[in-house]
Amino acid sequence: MTLPKVWVYAEGEEGKATSATLELLTKARELGETVEAVYAGDDADALAPQLGEYGAAKVHATDHGSSLSGAIGGALLAQLVAQEQPDLILFAQSYDGRDAMGRLSVKLDRPVLTNGNGVDVDGETVSVSTAVFGGNTIVTTAFQGEKPYLAGIRPKSFAAEPSGGGAAEVATLDSVGAGRAAEAQVLEHHVEEQEGPKLEDADVVVSGGRGLGSADNYEPLVEELANILKGASGASRAIVDAGWVPYSKQVGQTGKTVKPKVYIAIGISGATQHMVGMKGSDNIIAINKDPEAPIFSVSDLGVVGDASKVVPKLIEALKAKS
Amino acid sequence: MNIAVCVKQIPDPATPGELDPETKTLKREGKLILDDSDSYGVEMALQLVDTAGDGEVTLISMAPNDEVSGLRTALAMGAAKAVLVSDPVLQGSDALATAKVIAKAVGRAGDMDLVLTATESTDGYTGTVPEQVAELLGWPSLTFAKHIEVGDGKVKIQRQTEAGYDIVESTLPAVVSVTAGVVEPRYPSFKGIMAAKNKPVDNAKVADLGLTEDEVGWKGARQEITSIEAAPERQAGKKIEDEGDAHERIVAFLEQLKVI
Repeated sequence: MTLPKVWVYAEGEEGKATSATLELLTKARELGETVEAVYAGDDADALAPQLGEYGAAKVHATDHGSSLSGAIGGALLAQLVAQEQPDLILFAQSYDGRDAMGRLSVKLDRPVLTNGNGVDVDGETVSVSTAVFGGNTIVTTAFQGEKPYLAGIRPKSFAAEPSGGGAAEVATLDSVGAGRAAEAQVLEHHVEEQEGPKLEDADVVVSGGRGLGSADNYEPLVEELANILKGASGASRAIVDAGWVPYSKQVGQTGKTVKPKVYIAIGISGATQHMVGMKGSDNIIAINKDPEAPIFSVSDLGVVGDASKVVPKLIEALKAKS
Repeated sequence: MNIAVCVKQIPDPATPGELDPETKTLKREGKLILDDSDSYGVEMALQLVDTAGDGEVTLISMAPNDEVSGLRTALAMGAAKAVLVSDPVLQGSDALATAKVIAKAVGRAGDMDLVLTATESTDGYTGTVPEQVAELLGWPSLTFAKHIEVGDGKVKIQRQTEAGYDIVESTLPAVVSVTAGVVEPRYPSFKGIMAAKNKPVDNAKVADLGLTEDEVGWKGARQEITSIEAAPERQAGKKIEDEGDAHERIVAFLEQLKVI
C-alpha cells in the first residue's frame, strides 16, 4: 500500500540539494504514488533537475529573501497544504528542517514525529521508528488523527538512489505571509574554512572526547589524524558542551549521525547519547584509558591506553607510510 | 530587559533511561535535576539582564508532581522567579502540547522581551519545542545561537550552520534557542542556594492557562506507540592493552580495511 501524495521538504546548499533531501526523496518513492518537493529558496530552477532525478515530479517553491528559511518554509507549506492535500510530509532533522517542521506543526495543529530512522506505511497506518537509549531500543509510533502527517527524519537513515526521472516541474509562489516570523533576517553568511570532506559524507571520521584531557589536544590529535586519513573530525557532546569545539562537530543523539567506513573514537567513553550517532559505522576503533568504557562494547578494535601516547605514534607511523 | 528561560527537569542522564511498559513513556520518577542543556540559557539570560542594567529572569517549566529541585538550581544561579506547570493531565504530552503549555506560561509570567531555550532537551530531544513556542506566540525565532547580543530593541545572534555560522537579527520580542557551550554556566553560590529557597514559584494547572485537557496529554498527542523492540546488538571485537605498540595494530587494521 502506498499513500497518494508524499512531500519532501527540500533543502539546498550552493545550488544543489542536500544529501538528506535526496535520501528522503528516495524513501518517498517507496511510500507514495506521487512525490513532490517543497522548497524555500531562490534557486529552485537549479535544484529541479536533481530533485526530479531522485523522484520529485514537481517542486513548489518560494524565495525566502533574507528571512530565515524555516520561517518562510513553514508558511509556504501551510499555504500549500490546504489546496494540495498531501498525506505525509518528510523533513530532514536539520537546522532549517527543524525550524520549518515546528512552524508547520503549530500552523496545522498537528503533531510532528521527530528523530525518525524509518517510516512505514501499512494499510491506513503510517508510523515512524526512532532509536532511543543509545540505539539499543527502537520505538515505533503511529500517527492518529487528520492528515497530513509530519515526520522529521535523521540524515543517513536511508540510502539516496536516483530514479532516473526528468527535471521536476517548478511551481513558484510569489510570496507567502509568515507574519512576524519573517522578521528574523540573515545579515551575513560566514563560511568556516574546512579542509577535507564533510562529517556526514566522510569515509573516515575521527572524534574526540573528554579523554583528550584538554581543548588544546583536539587539533594535534583529532584533527591531525583526520587530515592524514582524509577524513572528517567530530566530537562527543561533553567537549561541545565544554566549548572546546563547535556544535556542528557533535556526533550523537543531539548532534549528527555518521556512518563512515571507519570511525575512530579517541577518549570517548561511549555515553548512550554518543553511541546512537555512530553505531551504524562499518568499523569502529576506540582508544580509551578505561578498560570498562562502554565504547569497547561496540568497537571492532579497542585499545586500552592513553590517547596522548597512542595517537602521536599512530600519526607518525601513518606519515611515514604516505 | 525581561527574559523567560524554558528549563526542563529531567532524570539524571548518568542513569540509563527506561520506558514504562504500561504508559510507554520515559520513566520520570524520583528526583529530577536541571537539564544541563538549559543551564546555558539561564546563564545567557542572567548576563543579558546584567548588561541591560534592568529587568529579571523568569524560569518556565513543565514537570510532573510539582517537582522543583531542578528549578531551585536555576534560581540559585540567579533567576528571580519561576512558573511551574504541573498537572496529572499532562502525562503523555508530546512536543506540540508541551509548546502550548510553555507559550501560555510565558504569557502568564508577564511581558517578556526574549524567551530563551536550549536547542533540545537531553531526555526527550524532539527538538521542535523552541520553534513551536515561537509560532504559538507569533514571534520570530532565532535558532541554534552560539552567540547573542541585545541592543537597540533588537537581538542579534551567530546561528550555527553546516558551513559555519550566519549572523541573524530580529526585532523583539523573539525566541532564541542556544547551543551548548554558548557561555560558561556559573555554579550557584552558597548565598544563591539559600536565597533560592525563598524565591517565588507560581504553580499553575492546565486549566489556569486556558488550555483544555483535550489539547494536552495522550488525547492531544494524536499518536500511538505501537511497538518497543530491542535493536540488533553490535558485537564487540578485539580489545588490546597498549604496551607501546598499539599504533601498529591500528595501522594494520586500517590497511586491512584498505583505508590506507
